Amino acid sequence: MRHDEPRHDIRAQGESESYIMVHIKVSITVNGTQQEKDVEPRTLLVHFLRDQLQLTGTNIGCDTSSCGACTIHLDGEAVKSCTVLAAQADGGTVTTIEGLSKDGVMHPMQQAFMENHGLQCGYCTPGMVMASIGLLNENPNPTEEEVRLGLEGNLCRCTGYHNIVKSVLAAAKK
Amino acid sequence: MTMTENRQNSVIGTRQLRREDPALLTGEAKFTNDLNLPGALHLSILRSPHAHAKIVSIDTAAAKASPGVVAVYTGAELQSQWAGPMPCAWPVTPDMKNPPHFPLAASKVCYVGDGVVAVLATSESASRDALDLIDVEYKVLKAVVDVEEALSDANIIHEDLGTNKSYTWNLKIEATEGCVEDAFQKAAFKVSERYVQQRLLPMAMEPRAVAAVPQPFGGDITLYSSTQIPHILKVMAALTLGIPEHQVRVVAPSVGGGFGSKLDVYAEELLCMALARKHSLPVRWVEERSENSMATIHGRGQVQYVELAADKSGKLTAVRVRIKADMGAYLQLVTPGVPILGAFLYAGVYDIPLAYDFSCDGIFTTLTPTDAYRGAGRPEATYAIESAMDALARAMKIDPLELRKRNFIQKEQFPYTAFSGLTYDSGDHLQAAEKAAGLADYAGIRAQQAKQNVPGAKKRLGIGMSSYFEMCGLAPSRVLASLNYGAGGWEAATVRVLPTCKVQVVTGTSPHGQGHETSWAMIASEKLGIPQEDIDVLHSDTAISPLGLDTYGSRSLPVGGVAIAGACDKVIDKARLIAAHQLECSADDLEFAGGVFSVKGSPDRAVPMAAIAFAAFTAHNLPDGLEPNLEAQYTYDPPNFSWPFGTHMCVLEVDTETGQIEILKYVAVDDCGVQINPLIVEGQVHGGVIQGLAQALFEEAVYDTDGNLKTTTLAEYLVPAASDVPSITTAHTVTPSPTNQLGVKGIGEAGTIGAASTVINAVVDALSGIGVTSMPMPASPQTVWRAIQSAAQAK
Repeated sequence: MRHDEPRHDIRAQGESESYIMVHIKVSITVNGTQQEKDVEPRTLLVHFLRDQLQLTGTNIGCDTSSCGACTIHLDGEAVKSCTVLAAQADGGTVTTIEGLSKDGVMHPMQQAFMENHGLQCGYCTPGMVMASIGLLNENPNPTEEEVRLGLEGNLCRCTGYHNIVKSVLAAAKK
Repeated sequence: MTMTENRQNSVIGTRQLRREDPALLTGEAKFTNDLNLPGALHLSILRSPHAHAKIVSIDTAAAKASPGVVAVYTGAELQSQWAGPMPCAWPVTPDMKNPPHFPLAASKVCYVGDGVVAVLATSESASRDALDLIDVEYKVLKAVVDVEEALSDANIIHEDLGTNKSYTWNLKIEATEGCVEDAFQKAAFKVSERYVQQRLLPMAMEPRAVAAVPQPFGGDITLYSSTQIPHILKVMAALTLGIPEHQVRVVAPSVGGGFGSKLDVYAEELLCMALARKHSLPVRWVEERSENSMATIHGRGQVQYVELAADKSGKLTAVRVRIKADMGAYLQLVTPGVPILGAFLYAGVYDIPLAYDFSCDGIFTTLTPTDAYRGAGRPEATYAIESAMDALARAMKIDPLELRKRNFIQKEQFPYTAFSGLTYDSGDHLQAAEKAAGLADYAGIRAQQAKQNVPGAKKRLGIGMSSYFEMCGLAPSRVLASLNYGAGGWEAATVRVLPTCKVQVVTGTSPHGQGHETSWAMIASEKLGIPQEDIDVLHSDTAISPLGLDTYGSRSLPVGGVAIAGACDKVIDKARLIAAHQLECSADDLEFAGGVFSVKGSPDRAVPMAAIAFAAFTAHNLPDGLEPNLEAQYTYDPPNFSWPFGTHMCVLEVDTETGQIEILKYVAVDDCGVQINPLIVEGQVHGGVIQGLAQALFEEAVYDTDGNLKTTTLAEYLVPAASDVPSITTAHTVTPSPTNQLGVKGIGEAGTIGAASTVINAVVDALSGIGVTSMPMPASPQTVWRAIQSAAQAK
């Protein structure tokens, strides 16, 4: 089923708060579109993507850069977007899970995850898919062991990794 | 007869890809924290840094003045919001002690992470920043960390109770009075073991998140929560907040895993609702991972004393069990019932006489509350009996597989009335064990062991096994009544055939990764003869699915799935009346197959479901007295638990110099009755096995003596990564359950139930030749190395 988004038109109290926070301007190309926004210097890239661009496909699963749920591609490399400041990505190119499919067709890695039941709850999945694409970019024909080592920065609690590994190996053969 | 017998072209049992996946794979799916709620206030909670302390004073002035902060509340200031304390739905004994537990502590904190002050601000960062500005003065009291020391009552946590013991629950079954003791007196062999089920952190990848949204008019409120139990939560939240139940709607958007940890009514849900009503604005909260470690329930936490008596052939003659179960600081939704769910399983899959003596003390500590975690009582019980069986085999100097074979309930004995009075529906333990032994090359490994495990060998080979029952499909309501559980165990379904013959299946189950949308559509497709793609499955919103008891305890398929089949039957019955009317024949003369009613013997006199659906909608020409529309609601109360079973085996090597364990093979043979979708069944087994294996080898919530949790992040709490675990060899036997029309049993917890003892038995098996007879969990390299050293010194 599709959960309907709640629609509420209630204005926040205190929107006219007058405290001053220093903001900086960043320009980041995200999924092919250039985004120019003001951010607090402490804004993490993951919060920039989720809160300012409403790209909520990138998930947050921890506060120690351990889980990898927030993995995206920055300038072609898989990185944990909780370890990068939005300011550090200024001028860069970002691809998120929302930017993978083309003309309504999923990326071969997304298809491989679906065909091999490589996801259950789906929370780690966007990060897992982005990390897996990054892995194959560096090593197009990995062994099972190389896949397991290559994904050790991404945690999954549902699948026991069995079908994730299978998915990545299948994608490598595509 | 089960519905899949004698059917060709059946969708049941086929590997259908999941319809849930595209939204999850593309980022389209919305988890609670993804919802866009303009104007929402953000809740942050200041939590106790002490395990046990009196609150002397709280100064919130600086926080209130902090930028973006809208309001700050102490527990005392919110006390008037609650119509009652937070619920515990399972008072296991009439005299169970249950301290009042409110969303924020008012005068005393009882664990590190106990909520103390709530801050509302216009942004998440503003609310978190303000927490640092709150000054709380505590009078620190002595922490109560050890569950067995807690029983001494030297430091009482809840003074009004006068004790740290919540309850003692007994299950003593004797053919004649004193026969358990007699059996131990006369036993040819007996073992007496102590096992510790360490506390575990469930660590669903999605931390909890909550958003409460008051409606602008009328006093209604919608709660969005990352929960497994929207229906139960709705009732409990209404009662706790004193809101009429019909004004509360609960929605569980996409939920990122639960494993029992989201089977609860949490303080943050109630706080968001209360504060949203107070401020007439949406209020949202999202948990940080380190907060999750402290403020979300923990699993396990039991000390087990297990004794087995056996005759000279190794046949079990009595089982005696004493459990010290760590409740933590308070009783959450089903905290006290978790060890009781295991109480019936300490004889495992074995045929024992009426000589069973189980007793459990539920004990308070100053630690995070425990509650259901994947398997909930049953992995603990299975671990105990399966580890004790290995100990018995060692005492008898016989092979552990042989000992099990001598004790298995035999296939012919099913349905089997157990010592407890429960009936085990169906099973074939010998077949599962032999299949696992074949896949693991049991005989070959034993031969290899004889060569490899010589004195001084650096790497020792071990093989371990576990044969289990998963008592699941919670649950027959009358049985729950006898266990004093506060609700029934039924599940509801509605099947609605729309005018164009598209179908809505509405279920009371609430999936969070299990693929119910795919499996439930398969069941309805099979029953109705309508293609899966024409069937939608609606769930997890109490406005859409008002009746339900949610998802936990491997109940969704054997209760919720069977309810859908029952609702389909009612739809077909009604459609048959319309078809008979259209074909001008008796309903009894019709047969239904492939979505078409036809007259027996005259297949050309037929009417398809599509024509009936439209006729039911227009209502122009229906049989006299028949209601328009084609829709049926059905509630299924299972007559029995279902009893999935299986045997797992693990082959591993232990490096005696480093304590490092390398798993060479893990075989899981599971029997969950008829499989609706084998792809999903295997996925459940894989994940369950790794969670059980993680308890055996990696995971533990570590506390210091002051009650501080030392493993609050995923850097310290060792959820395994892909590189830490093996691939799993899965196989199945299929023994349909005779108690439901689908023949299904459930598979959500089986892997976890079987795995921990399988792995530890393999470790002990590898090392028993050098004197190691037990292995604490988690069997980290250091723990293994120490066990080897102390065995060597004892020689």
